[in-house]
Amino acid sequence: MKKSVFFGAFAVTALVSGMALAGTLDDVKARGELICGSNTGLTGFGAPDASGNWAGFDVDLCRAVAAVVLGDATKVKFLPTTGETRFTALQSGEVDLLVRNSTWTFSRDTELALDFVAVNYYDGQGFMVKKDLGVSSAKELDGATVCIQTGTTTELNLADFFKQNNISYQPVTVADDSEAQRQYLAGACDAYTTDASGLAASRATMPDADNHIILPEIISKEPLGPVVRHGDNQWGDVVRWTYYALLIAEERGITSANVNEVAASTADEEVKRLLGVSGDMGAKMGVSNDAFKNAILAVGNYGEIFARNIGEGTTINLARGLNALWTQGGLQYAPPFR
Amino acid sequence: MSETHAQTVLFVRDTMLPPVDPPIAERGAVKWMRENLFSTPLNIALTLLGVLIVWWLVSASLPWWLNSVWNASSLSQCREIVAATAGEGASGACWAMIRERWHQFIFGFYPASEWWRPVLAFGLLFAALAPVLFAGQKRNQSLILLAVLAYLLVTLYLAGAPGTAFLLSLLLVAGLLVGAQLAPGKLLWFTLAFPALCFWLLWGGSVWSPIVAMAGFGVLYAVFRVGTPFIGLVPAAGAGVVAAVLWWLYLDKPVVDALQAALPFGIQSVRSDLFGGFLLAIVIGVTGIAFSLPIGILLALGRQSDMLIVKTLSVGFIEFIRGVPLITLLFTASLLLQYFLPPGTNFDIILRVIILVTFFAAAYLAEVIRGGLAALPRGQYEAADALGLDYWQAQRLVILPQALKISIPSIVSTFIGLFKDTTLVAFVGLMDPLKGVTQIVRADINWKGIYWEPYIFVGTIFFLICFGMSRYSMYLERKLKTDHR
Repeated sequence: MKKSVFFGAFAVTALVSGMALAGTLDDVKARGELICGSNTGLTGFGAPDASGNWAGFDVDLCRAVAAVVLGDATKVKFLPTTGETRFTALQSGEVDLLVRNSTWTFSRDTELALDFVAVNYYDGQGFMVKKDLGVSSAKELDGATVCIQTGTTTELNLADFFKQNNISYQPVTVADDSEAQRQYLAGACDAYTTDASGLAASRATMPDADNHIILPEIISKEPLGPVVRHGDNQWGDVVRWTYYALLIAEERGITSANVNEVAASTADEEVKRLLGVSGDMGAKMGVSNDAFKNAILAVGNYGEIFARNIGEGTTINLARGLNALWTQGGLQYAPPFR
Repeated sequence: MSETHAQTVLFVRDTMLPPVDPPIAERGAVKWMRENLFSTPLNIALTLLGVLIVWWLVSASLPWWLNSVWNASSLSQCREIVAATAGEGASGACWAMIRERWHQFIFGFYPASEWWRPVLAFGLLFAALAPVLFAGQKRNQSLILLAVLAYLLVTLYLAGAPGTAFLLSLLLVAGLLVGAQLAPGKLLWFTLAFPALCFWLLWGGSVWSPIVAMAGFGVLYAVFRVGTPFIGLVPAAGAGVVAAVLWWLYLDKPVVDALQAALPFGIQSVRSDLFGGFLLAIVIGVTGIAFSLPIGILLALGRQSDMLIVKTLSVGFIEFIRGVPLITLLFTASLLLQYFLPPGTNFDIILRVIILVTFFAAAYLAEVIRGGLAALPRGQYEAADALGLDYWQAQRLVILPQALKISIPSIVSTFIGLFKDTTLVAFVGLMDPLKGVTQIVRADINWKGIYWEPYIFVGTIFFLICFGMSRYSMYLERKLKTDHR
């Protein structure tokens, strides 16, 4: 008897807490605004400009989700989260979605009860050295001093890499990217290591960019992607398929400029479904039928987002690399939209 | 006798020699340097070392300051300009970043069309502080009000304030100025009303919400006054607090809605996440300072109380808050509270942070003031009792004025510490000027790699504010000095 009461109470608690956490989609619709956990400022990926408008690679994904759910890419509130607060902010429901260059790892997926729904950027840790050091591979860095940000996974990756290759190094720990850049330029360390995208951004803004090279070795896997709360599968689906819709759009050559035209003229059944011309794919997911069309109209396809924020032609000048579509030798691959 | 004298001494001087200047080594700068800089071998060595260090600092940083660039649109452009004017390889400060982003350091993301509101609130803050800082001094109060008037004339014009707001605020300050001439003591009423006015100016919205919220205090006072003759002082105060809380919880919103429907008047509301920079630091700092002092005094008195529950609660609160780092409290405010509150509750993050910062400062102040209370001779307490004063009268008229006077330096240094601690809110994702705004500026590809300039800019403003507080406390100490040491 006592046991059954206990289990009953437990079941009710689980139900209530489940209800409290589930239904992010409905919450967002009711609120009329998406709250997106963003970085406190990372070049190219997410930062407000001089007039306070957020822009960047991660920011655009948030806007796309807002366009899908609410039909308006401007109805997003960006809540800056630090490395320490980001996951708790998501778990406690303060943000609906976290798009903050967070690496998908086993423990974050399981222990922290989070769901990484996609990988919007495949990054990896690299090294930058001065050209006149005469080094062409990270394996030649024996005895080098290396600037490294403390308390990050990059610190552990670095230790692993040097141990595996039986070479020694001298770490120079720094607090953040700007300090690392200053120390490296001042000659306090021979090499600077962090995510390759960050290295490219730093190198692009150095006074003598040509005197620095980024070594070919990438010593870690850093799949960065949007994160949602565990157990809210409907909301996870919305975010995941928003992202895939952007990928499919690139695959099929649909851009923000031609999306209306394509919707009117296409004979491709998958594109018709994607843009809501035929079928009721959007409605099945709980959003409007032309939701994905709105997203593409608002932010463009994946390739456009990449090119606008971090791609070749911007100052950061990142090559697509692993982030090219699977048809072009990259890893970005969307399941069929059917 | 005189003859003997005339024979032994051939010449007697009958006029005084004009005084000669002291030797060159014993006067002026040389003497001062000999005495203060080169008196012993150790001092000579230290002086030389000091000169070398100063020389090294100046020679290293002077070109950087001299090559400052004020007009550029990016760091690389700054570098080009420096290279063009000072030659290849020269370094120069890039203040162009401040020129382009100063508003984010000051206002955060506060909408540009509404900048006049924080500007006005900042000016009125001093008008509200004047009666507190210079109680009863007509001349100083008038001076401050005149300065506020001049400040508002210039800044409101620059910020493009709407005409009515411009006129009303100038009329308000002019009215206060007249008030300061006629009845300087009465200006405290403006100080009491200022929190509501300031809240309304900063966050905007219906004019009725701050008024109705302030009416809660009116309810508190009314219940207190009506209840005191029947149930006594302390129970009446308790009942007043309960009534005020009930007012805020249940009546506040419907009354505001009703009034707003009847007489709609309001200004554009601004959300908390748009606050940033020094606006945020000053909002948190000033609110924390204003509310932590009374709470701290109550806690200090509570800790000395004979009533077991009051004493236990005070000690528990003080020791708990002091035993926990401020960052932990901030994380509690930003993250943990959200778990305890029902889902969907939107409890403003700035408000949460202000509450915990206030508690933190109050716990420290309580101990500072307890130190002041402990420093008073026992005779003071006994004298107050002998005069027939009750507990609150004794505290108000005899004990606290002396205890607070003793504690002024420590109180002000707690305030300065509190103001500087506001930069820690960066750790919970708020846009404090030092780390938050600096980081978003550096995230802009145009300014990535800029290092010293934002720190120097923010540090200078912090120094000015903290130095001002420190000078005021020294003035206050001199003014209140009654002993004849």
